[in-house]
Amino acid sequence: MGFKNYILVCGGTGCESSKSDLIYKTLIEEAKAQGVADQVQVIKTGCFGFCEQGPIVKVLPEDSFYVKVKPEDARELISEHVIKGREVTRLLYNKTPKKPLEQVEDIQFYQKQLRIVLRNCGVIDPENIDDYIANDGYVALEKALFDMSEDDIIEEVKKSGLRGRGGAGFPTWMKWNFTKQAEGDVKYVVCNADEGDPGAYMDRSTLEGDPHSVLEAMTICGKAIGAHQGYIYIRAEYPLAIHRLEIAMKQAREYGLLGKNILGSGFDYDIEIRLGAGAFVCGEETALLQSIEGHRGMPQPRPPFPAVKGLWGKPTVINNVETWANIPVIIAKGGDEFAKVGTADSHGTKVFALTGKVCNSGLVEVPMGTTLREIVFDIGGGIANGRKFKAVQTGGPSGGVITEENLDTPIDFGGLQRIGSMMGSGGMIVMDDSDCIVDVAKFYLEFTRDESCGKCFPCRIGGKSLYNLLDKITIGNGTEEDIEELKTIAHAMQKGSLCALGQTAPNPVLSTLRYFPEEYEAHIRDKKCPAGKCKKLIRYQIDPNKCIGCTACSRKCPVGAISGELKKPHSINQSACIKCGVCRQTCKFSAITVE
Amino acid sequence: MSQNLFSDDLLSFIDEWKDKPGNLIMVLHRVQSEVGYISREAADEVSRLLDVPLATIWGVVTFYHFFKLTKPGKYNIQVCLGTACYLKGGDIIVEELEKLKGLKVDSLTEDGLFSLQAVRCVGCCGLAPVMTIGGEVFGKVSKDQIPGILDKFS
Repeated sequence: MGFKNYILVCGGTGCESSKSDLIYKTLIEEAKAQGVADQVQVIKTGCFGFCEQGPIVKVLPEDSFYVKVKPEDARELISEHVIKGREVTRLLYNKTPKKPLEQVEDIQFYQKQLRIVLRNCGVIDPENIDDYIANDGYVALEKALFDMSEDDIIEEVKKSGLRGRGGAGFPTWMKWNFTKQAEGDVKYVVCNADEGDPGAYMDRSTLEGDPHSVLEAMTICGKAIGAHQGYIYIRAEYPLAIHRLEIAMKQAREYGLLGKNILGSGFDYDIEIRLGAGAFVCGEETALLQSIEGHRGMPQPRPPFPAVKGLWGKPTVINNVETWANIPVIIAKGGDEFAKVGTADSHGTKVFALTGKVCNSGLVEVPMGTTLREIVFDIGGGIANGRKFKAVQTGGPSGGVITEENLDTPIDFGGLQRIGSMMGSGGMIVMDDSDCIVDVAKFYLEFTRDESCGKCFPCRIGGKSLYNLLDKITIGNGTEEDIEELKTIAHAMQKGSLCALGQTAPNPVLSTLRYFPEEYEAHIRDKKCPAGKCKKLIRYQIDPNKCIGCTACSRKCPVGAISGELKKPHSINQSACIKCGVCRQTCKFSAITVE
Repeated sequence: MSQNLFSDDLLSFIDEWKDKPGNLIMVLHRVQSEVGYISREAADEVSRLLDVPLATIWGVVTFYHFFKLTKPGKYNIQVCLGTACYLKGGDIIVEELEKLKGLKVDSLTEDGLFSLQAVRCVGCCGLAPVMTIGGEVFGKVSKDQIPGILDKFS
């Protein structure tokens, strides 16, 4: 040890795609070239969460937070910060020299966050088991193996009040307990890493930034329920997460933390990776098990629940990545300590992928009970480009929209359900006034229509019918009866579908109908799209009072639909216009309006 | 026959997994990463090597979006149409690619250089809208950047 500086470079997928790997390599080369290789250690970590500002580089011990770093900045970071001890102000998030005692946590994006699940993301090198161990890694496993009985472990999880973070919020200890009590010698532990919700990436970031936490948790569960084999079912679309898991498993085996006779305790346990292949329905637990077995991922009727009859017919615990990542903390620090965070209904924290029309996109982890307003406006920095807040969508294709009036609702499992949405896996998509709510509902129904496995007809036919109706409304052919029809089909799907995919697929329709009935009516009755999104229902027009006749728009129009003389107001030929919107983007005088 | 179609590496992988339960999807992943897609010949070969009916293999391949049935271009373009990218104009990228290259989703350019896929969330929503070409990620893509990006691949 004894380095003068530690440079942490974000190696999450978002930052890697902005060349953070090259930044990492260039920093090492520069340190060598400038003769300070022995004074500085460069470490590639997991996601810092502040993806909007990526690639992110943090330098310790000064806690300097550099954002939007480019590979060519490496030279200056070494020569100025490391050698001369002066911060490179232009790259700092605040662009001003840091005040004494100021920390990264003081940045507004981080102020209201509490990192339990993401505790090691952006802190340790995920490809080095020693880093994990140095941050209390595998302490919980040791405790579980040597100081706790099977029942003690389950009791601790019960005390924590942890509920499944994959969507439904089922108490984790009950799953474990049912599986433990189920008859049979062979039992399995499964990690659901098939994060299919479009717009959510917390599970990926956790696996990329802290893979050992999941391995440790699954092993603890193995001891508690009497299983000796675990499976991680992960999307094939996540190559970096798979790579880091493979490294972590190899290192854990070398350290005797996986495999035969773990830490000399006599307990055998190993984990295998199984790849998903891009089917959203495989996030449903019975479909997931079918997929691990190599079949088409079709859900099965429950009961029997996987706890009784799961993988290859054996009792099986299935939890999602975020749920697993909480377990080592609960075991090491105690369930009571964990339960102090959150609300009466939901303990602990929740990670959200905050995206859409918000200033600070990124991964945020907040205590349960934080309000949506705090997340969108304090952490997220409000709506980007000076536009107006319209709604937040939570719970992905199974969830609903939340409007201004409910922004102060404290977020927990029950709270979100009461206002017609759900926690889901944690996608949180912010919409502004340029987003059409009918179009958004159509987007989700197109998704669930494509992802329906086709096994049961309420989902297979209902989803397609809902989509067709929404499509009809967005192209201006909707009728008043369509609203009732939407509701009838939606309720039938909720009642008649076999699995949660079909049961929750109508939620985006029902929730948007509940909060934005006037927007549906505008499409149906007035044949207008108030947000200006649905192409068939909008017209671009030039305000003659604002147009100065600069001809910029007519030169850009791809179909030559704009005419007019120089320095005189122009006009748009509506029958030729293809509504691409280029003219509106081009006009510097806001003379072009949509209606 | 098999010597030509699958490499020794792939054959030994299949051999290793042959008797493991639930091996089919893992084997198909490996086949696709080597051959580029699941061709009829490849499916026949997997059927023979694993002793699984061809219909079962076809059932699995057509169920999962990840498995491709047609040969991809030299560079496969993926445009993300996850929620965040959709709201920020992912569909405009798809339209622009069609305009520039005549590329439709799930098709190939005539010269076989580019193929196009619409995908659901590549997991970097902070960079929306996102497209990837041959694994390289391009974030915050605007319409006028696309010709320049495509020029890098030839």
